[in-house]
Amino acid sequence: MNLLYILGIPLLTALLLLVMRSPDWIRRTALYGALLQLGMVVWLFIAYQQQRTMGYAMAAFFEQNYAWFSVWNIHFHIGVDGMSIAMMLLTAFVVLAGVLVSWNVQRMVKEYYFLLLLLSFGAYGFFMSQDLLLLFFFLEIAVIPKYLLIAVWGSGNKNYSANKLALMLMGGSALIFVGILGIFYATPADQRSFDILQLANQQLGPGSQKIIYPLLFGGFGVFSALFPFHTWVPDGHSSAPTAGSMFLAGISMKLGGYGCLKVATLLLPEGAKVYADLVIALSAIAILYGAFATLIQKDLKYMNAYSSISHCGFVLLGIGMLTKTAFNGAVLQMVSHGLMTALFFAVIGMIYERTHTRTIAEMGGLLKVMPFAVTALFIAGLASLGLPGLSGFVAEMTVFVGGWEHQDIYHRAATVIACMSIVVTAVYILRAIGQVAMGPIKENFASLQDVAWYEKMAAVVLIAGMLAMGLAPQWLNELIQPSTQFIMDKLAAK
Amino acid sequence: MNYDWIIGLKSELFTTLIIVVLLLIKLGKGMRNGSLLQITQLLLLVNLALAFGWNGNGYLFGNMFQASQLFGFEKAILIAGVYLLILVNHQWLEKQEHLPEFLVLMLSALLGMQTMISSGNFLMLYLSLELATIPVAAMANFDLDKKRSSEAAMKMILSSALSSGILLMGISLLYGATGTISFEALPQALKADNGLHLLSLVMIFAAFAFKLSAVPFHLWTADVYEGSPMPVTAFLSVVSKGAVAFVLTSTFYRAFQPMFETWYQLLAIIGLITIIIGNLFAIRQDNIKRMLAFSSIAQVGFVLIGISANSPAGLASVIYFVLIYVFSNIAAFGVAAVIAAQTGSEQISDYKGLYANNKLLTWIMALALFSLAGIPPTAGFFGKFFLLTAGAVRADFWLVIIAALNMMVSLYYYLRVVRNMFNTETAQPTIAIPVTVKLGLYLCVAGILITGIAGWIYDYIAMLNR
Repeated sequence: MNLLYILGIPLLTALLLLVMRSPDWIRRTALYGALLQLGMVVWLFIAYQQQRTMGYAMAAFFEQNYAWFSVWNIHFHIGVDGMSIAMMLLTAFVVLAGVLVSWNVQRMVKEYYFLLLLLSFGAYGFFMSQDLLLLFFFLEIAVIPKYLLIAVWGSGNKNYSANKLALMLMGGSALIFVGILGIFYATPADQRSFDILQLANQQLGPGSQKIIYPLLFGGFGVFSALFPFHTWVPDGHSSAPTAGSMFLAGISMKLGGYGCLKVATLLLPEGAKVYADLVIALSAIAILYGAFATLIQKDLKYMNAYSSISHCGFVLLGIGMLTKTAFNGAVLQMVSHGLMTALFFAVIGMIYERTHTRTIAEMGGLLKVMPFAVTALFIAGLASLGLPGLSGFVAEMTVFVGGWEHQDIYHRAATVIACMSIVVTAVYILRAIGQVAMGPIKENFASLQDVAWYEKMAAVVLIAGMLAMGLAPQWLNELIQPSTQFIMDKLAAK
Repeated sequence: MNYDWIIGLKSELFTTLIIVVLLLIKLGKGMRNGSLLQITQLLLLVNLALAFGWNGNGYLFGNMFQASQLFGFEKAILIAGVYLLILVNHQWLEKQEHLPEFLVLMLSALLGMQTMISSGNFLMLYLSLELATIPVAAMANFDLDKKRSSEAAMKMILSSALSSGILLMGISLLYGATGTISFEALPQALKADNGLHLLSLVMIFAAFAFKLSAVPFHLWTADVYEGSPMPVTAFLSVVSKGAVAFVLTSTFYRAFQPMFETWYQLLAIIGLITIIIGNLFAIRQDNIKRMLAFSSIAQVGFVLIGISANSPAGLASVIYFVLIYVFSNIAAFGVAAVIAAQTGSEQISDYKGLYANNKLLTWIMALALFSLAGIPPTAGFFGKFFLLTAGAVRADFWLVIIAALNMMVSLYYYLRVVRNMFNTETAQPTIAIPVTVKLGLYLCVAGILITGIAGWIYDYIAMLNR
């Protein structure tokens, strides 16, 4: 299995689009590219499982390593482990659904798909990077697509939202950059490197870890809506076009969580221990605050954006708990939230496409006219409030169990607070869906059509992912075990 | 007979040759502007190619002039900058009545920069700096019918006369205190704790800061940039700045090496202030030239932080950054020139809806601005990354944090241009791009995309530096 294929397909598809003229061909090419990519990632998953059953146990599989900037000992070093494969599977599902859902975008189709695929290219590259510069490169490569997707195809107060998002993420990147430099210079001069695996094996002094950890965690935290750096999330998500919101919440926010775990916690375990309590406090605030803020939202997209803050809080809470179960829960929550929120945004987009409103109070009885879309909304909502059988339950339950493994009152209190948010989630989800789906139908909505084939496909892809995770969580759990174990080993080592 | 001096001076000699050829053409029957520009471009390309072969290391004229492969590469960057400038500003140049004079002035300034880079002695440095400055002031005055152009030339000549005075004062003090002004002899004579030596260091740095428009010597920049014709603005902000940055490294890394404990702090602090002030002022500009002027002030701040590293890596990063900066800034100025030639407007607010009918121009401008802002996959990302990585060598985290957060500020005003261009509410008419300009812009885009990802370019510069 050559990882360069997985990196190359989105890029080549994007470049191929540039020479095409007919919008129809552009859509099809993007779809075939996304399908091929999903196939490649599944193949990668199978190849990885085979390698593992054969007894291989490296920190990174299918590695490739080329010298890049040899003066600084920077390498083009890629490789995957279970966790990155899980994230890449998520990316592939969301990209496929995003491409499908955007089928009826009319304005500047070529540029739209080009930017979507460029964004996914950045995500794939990020998840397979084994070198800090490369990781940072792929993290930032998505800034342009995100900004333009919102500023050009967005709605509402789009310029403000696009600016806010780009600037806040750039600020987060700046912190990450300084953190990377800190790691580089904190190692002895003859061992300086940007290589993640190499750095993981040579522990930095606790003093430097204490300085660098907040920079890295804070920087990645901005991407993952760490309180109080979450303010770009509601504006950015609600102004973005449908696929843009799906990519932002489903992929882009996961870059932050992955970075917090795979870079900050893995490379700076001592720092992680020092700041664990603060991380827990902040993420508990985010969970509860996000949930309560969702309660008062009148706009479906804002509602889902605020609930994303709450749900991403579980990711950071799991990371802050520093137990293996909680780590597993954090990764599961990333995948689960990615699928669920992408479905949510997709369905909101479908409904908005027809009703031309996103205000909850103006809708009603839509189940009668668009049964498919509203059923999908139900499924997304039920996953969001943690119904067993869907992905959300598995992930959040694992985080709670991981948190409860601690005996002390602080961790248990934080876990209980986080649990409480589920009740609030149930309130806002059920209320919103009840309003949208049930009741008498408004006159002007009575003649609306149900969703088209491409929208159905998009929803089916995401629901399939959610069911696969909710009904049989074992395979995903086993996939990410070795990665979280690797981080636990570093935490345990003194 | 020994011909080594020809090899050492090849670049300077060839530039002089171009100047002579242009003067002869002017003396003779004259020539159409188009052919004149083609000849100049061709000769510049030959000069550029010469920089990569027959390299000699050594001294000439009693250590006054030093040739090395690294200096050759630095000169090549400047020549490439001038070549690209001529390409992208083809429309403006072709309309000039006094084109040969303009080209002679520009190449004289280039000649001054070339000898400045190679100078091994402060006297030589001073002479070259004057040669590199005075013609530019004449060039700034080239829009003869515009009052602002004369104003720009006046401001430029006054401020550079002042800075030359300060430089001369610094050199005199240095000579009085140590008895030598040779870069080779100075390191033995200089002491870090001598007040007179410190004073001369500060004065010489102030003169360089004037040329680089580092804060607090930046005030002339915006007015001069706005008033001058577009090619002159681009020349000032790209080639001129690059040359002075190179000279700053070669004087500070060699002559003032014993005092580095003092100057690295000076450079770092001035660099940081320069970034902040440049960014804050750039936010408010609506004229694209003024905006790029202030953004170039901010970029200089990053260069100063890179130089403050006082390491081979710092020097390599500075050269690499200037190379990238040449491509990015000339592309931005080139697009602005094409738009100004057609619509007559230099206002950012007039860029609204450019994308509708000018896809190529918009993408080139966007790429150039993203490169200036330091966003991948453009080369600017790598340029800034290595400058700051080199500058962080003493683990001054506060410095790197403030500098990195300033990249966020700079993104704001670059994005403002991008946002205006991609605005879909209005639509600009199609703007024709002449073939030559297109070639220049394509070369710049290739530079922006390749220089970063191709790590061997950085490795090559670092190798030259060894």
